[in-house]
Amino acid sequence: MLTDFGKILIFIILAIVFVIITLLISKLIRPNRPTFEKQKVYECGENPEGSPWVKFNIRFYVVALIFIIFDVEVVLLFPWALIYKEYGIYGFAVGLIFLLILGLGMAYEWRKGDLEWARPQPKPPKLSDILNRNSETLNSN
Amino acid sequence: MDFYNIIFFLFALITIVSAFIVVTSRNIIYSGFSLLFTFFGVAGIYVLLGSDFIAVVQIMVYVGGILILILFGVMLTNKIVDVEIRTGASHMLPAAIGVGILFGALTAVMVFTGWKSEPGLVPQTTTVDIGKLLITDYVLIFELLAMLLLVALIGAATIARREKE
Repeated sequence: MLTDFGKILIFIILAIVFVIITLLISKLIRPNRPTFEKQKVYECGENPEGSPWVKFNIRFYVVALIFIIFDVEVVLLFPWALIYKEYGIYGFAVGLIFLLILGLGMAYEWRKGDLEWARPQPKPPKLSDILNRNSETLNSN
Repeated sequence: MDFYNIIFFLFALITIVSAFIVVTSRNIIYSGFSLLFTFFGVAGIYVLLGSDFIAVVQIMVYVGGILILILFGVMLTNKIVDVEIRTGASHMLPAAIGVGILFGALTAVMVFTGWKSEPGLVPQTTTVDIGKLLITDYVLIFELLAMLLLVALIGAATIARREKE
């Protein structure tokens, strides 16, 4: 007697075994001639520079926070999605209101610009600034 | 020792070993990734207890969500490698007494509880029943949950928003 989770367990075990066997076979048949260049950290062909443990932009964290809220929403929609058809239009309306309330939050964040990625603002040089600087140097001379 | 026991002890082993690594690793990135296996092991134990919905929630929310948040939090910290595990305030005796009392209490609960055991009972799926209750009896709570998530969403965005200069 195999439950659905038993099948999932078999999938998990197969995935692990698949990875192990693939790595073992390639370990057995590949030539092994390591050099200094080959053993360096691969960074898109460039020579790695500095420590990889750098601080990340805070924007990633905000996106992760928003993601978790919608993650919980998806989890709560699981039981609803299994059953709403049996209740006809009423069941559909229940889920629709649920989604609309959360869509309100989505609209709020969109409007407030929380979904915008904060880019560094480059300052293009202005002609007037250059002219002013030049006139200042001329005056000082 | 039957098949289910073997699976249970496998998941229990995964949970305990990875939790031990979470606490003792000196690199908090490794701690974060060990936490993944702890959450996964706990999800497996939920499945064996017959609560499939809780197990899916555990995988979706904890493994898929909270862990990402923790890893991003780790990446925002100053010191990632060679973290001092022992803090300055380390009191062995009170800690030993507290842990001993807790261990004794948990063991007493384990020994004296009359565990229900019904052999051969295949656990039924609970998700459909939860869905029925959410649509009929607890429909107000279902919509209130959406309100709660809305408040959390706006609150999180407001707190984390970068101040405009």
